[in-house]
Amino acid sequence: MLKTFKIGGVHPPENKLSSGEKIQILPVPEQVIIPLGQHIGAPATPVVQKGDSVKAGQLIATATGFVSANIHSSVSGTVVAVDNVTDAAGLSKPAITIKVEGDEWEEGIDRSVKPDHNITLSREEIVKAISAAGIVGMGGATFPTQVKLSPPPGSKAEILIINGVECEPYLTADHRIMLEKAEEIVVGVQILMKAIDVKRAVIGIENNKRDAIEKLKNLTAKTLGVEVCPLKVRYPQGGEKQLIKATTGRSVPSGALPIAVGAVVQNAGTALAVYEAVMKHKPLIERVVTITGKSVKKPGNYLCRIGTPISKLIEAAGGLPGDTAKIIGGGPMMGRAMVNPDSPILKGTSGVLILNEKEGTRKPSRNCIRCSKCVSACPMGLEPYLLMTLAGHNMLEEMETEKIMDCIECGSCSFTCPANRPLLDYIRLGKARTGAMIRNRKK
Amino acid sequence: MNTIVITIISLCAIGVASAIILYFVAQKFKVEEDPRIDTVEGLLPGANCGGCGYPGCRGLAEAAVKSENMEGIFCPVGGSEVMNKVAVALGREVAVQAPRIAVVRCNGSCANRPRTSTYDGARSCAVEHSLYIGDTACAFGCLGCGDCVAACPFDAIHMNRESGLPEVDESKCVACGACVKACPRNIIELRNKGPKDRRVFVSCVNKDKGAVARKACSAACIGCMKCAKECPFEAITVENNLAYIDYTKCRLCRKCVAVCPTGAIHEVNFPERKTAPAPETQAAKAQEAHTAPKTPAAPVNEEAQETPEVKKAAETPALSVEKETTAEATEKTPAPKPENTSTEKGGVESNI
Repeated sequence: MLKTFKIGGVHPPENKLSSGEKIQILPVPEQVIIPLGQHIGAPATPVVQKGDSVKAGQLIATATGFVSANIHSSVSGTVVAVDNVTDAAGLSKPAITIKVEGDEWEEGIDRSVKPDHNITLSREEIVKAISAAGIVGMGGATFPTQVKLSPPPGSKAEILIINGVECEPYLTADHRIMLEKAEEIVVGVQILMKAIDVKRAVIGIENNKRDAIEKLKNLTAKTLGVEVCPLKVRYPQGGEKQLIKATTGRSVPSGALPIAVGAVVQNAGTALAVYEAVMKHKPLIERVVTITGKSVKKPGNYLCRIGTPISKLIEAAGGLPGDTAKIIGGGPMMGRAMVNPDSPILKGTSGVLILNEKEGTRKPSRNCIRCSKCVSACPMGLEPYLLMTLAGHNMLEEMETEKIMDCIECGSCSFTCPANRPLLDYIRLGKARTGAMIRNRKK
Repeated sequence: MNTIVITIISLCAIGVASAIILYFVAQKFKVEEDPRIDTVEGLLPGANCGGCGYPGCRGLAEAAVKSENMEGIFCPVGGSEVMNKVAVALGREVAVQAPRIAVVRCNGSCANRPRTSTYDGARSCAVEHSLYIGDTACAFGCLGCGDCVAACPFDAIHMNRESGLPEVDESKCVACGACVKACPRNIIELRNKGPKDRRVFVSCVNKDKGAVARKACSAACIGCMKCAKECPFEAITVENNLAYIDYTKCRLCRKCVAVCPTGAIHEVNFPERKTAPAPETQAAKAQEAHTAPKTPAAPVNEEAQETPEVKKAAETPALSVEKETTAEATEKTPAPKPENTSTEKGGVESNI
């Protein structure tokens, strides 16, 4: 009996078209656009200006405050602008544009590929190195990692959980790095264990990635305290609270953080980035991105420099198919449609999904038929049909009572609704307004 | 027999005792309410729309009775007429407030503002605004999903299918403010209705730099400041690349309308400007004036949205239209910012 979370969940078709494709290196583009707001928290403050020469790995923007992250140049070249650019949603956001010249890297970055197992840094030095490297949650949430590794006074971590689940259909980046960079990931796990001072780590992997499960099981057989936990294929298995429940049986109380039950969750890609930062002194400047879709000629997984235009990735996969309806940043459940194909790959871009007209067009929405499938599907035990109605009527206090702030925006409700009601769209709106009301109350 | 008598007497005694208890309890817990509240409530329209800012008509009545003067107490539905009656009933002086109306400050119609993407999400402006820029290149313009239409309790605002913009019905709008709150981009504003219902306003809320705004929409305000320099009453301020006309200072001279290079400033309910017609068409025009039937008074809700279409019809090579009647061509010749729809002309004529 495979472990899993207890309430809710759906099983969308997996469509892991690119799971067999080895990671390829996407060539460095002619120009990169590096936005300053690639993470949760305040956007970073630029420390370069137009005309400056930069090298790959050089710090170009510093974290603004505690919940923020450093940003480094992913290429070598000249800064052409520190200005507003159009992002994936068509909105104007600040970014640093760099014209690429050659491929020179900062001194001190170790570019050798041999895995290094010798962890010499102390706990404080590790957290400092992670902070300096600008590492954020690579699963897509982009929460600054050094904040997660610094629990508030009074709370103590007991277990580290590594999210190798990749429950979103179509995405395979984490699968490939667990196969091809398995040793490095295990060292990264050990570094993270040292950072939060825990003796136990669990790597959760969905059961549709048997080769990765086997590989990591073999590697961790001799590693003290690290075990692999295969999990049932169910969406959203990779949700933090669902993963904690499945691997440890502990339930995070409503409104609380995982640290309340002694758990710290990190994505497998984050573990790899931590390894590279601590052992190879390499800041976060590139990541593996899946390019996929049923009409895409060559779905694959590419190691891309941060700031590379999405259009380059689409080119490498054989170009934009003629029947494209939507270009999604992320997966089909939680990703967002893009209106600007030149928008850059960010730290949190796990995949680019091309949905064709058949798959990508929404069906017309109808009235709620009170079937309660959404209630059955919600992994947080909420009532999506009710939350949508409340959001539509702007009833903020009622939404708070109905625990709308617990919603993890996984999209299971919208996915399962037989009347095609846009449940998640309204719930997101309600969450934003209720959240604002709660924050104003505290002032 | 005895049983019956005892029963009747005991029941009567219980009844009398309860009545006495209830009387004293009623006296102790009596809520003293000013009878004037009922009077005032009776004078109010009873729509309970919340446009006054109080919870329903009774809420306003309570506030009116409690307040010292009538500061901030105004029912937009009833207007000055009702407020005068309320003031009389309470023996107070009422503050005169100019009647207001909702104004949609966007002219980014389908013709002016090309679509750059297709939105197939939830049909709500608030949802679309929270997701992305919208289906055009303007991050500030109307999204056209009709949250304002759904919010209006007086059936006074409707979506024009052709232009994709909402239109306010001047005869029904009571300036309750529901549409203003519903619009996620703060495009709708309550402005003074104006003398003879005439008003001038900047029909744009785009704060991007002029070139960016213009690229997204041909009717955008580009922040060039020509209007502010031209205004003799200092009613126009330009901030963040956007001009704004203060309706309390505007004297409706329309000089700003004439100088605006993009046609972003709109004038509403003005009569047709008289321009000297070209000599060769004067005869045709004279003939047209004699033969054209008096156009029926249509609802005066034709907003300036019509103008760009009218203008474009004149400018585009729709020569078939112009060739048919030269008289029509003279009517459509672009005078400086004409508001000329034949129905409005009819409306003005009927006023004379």
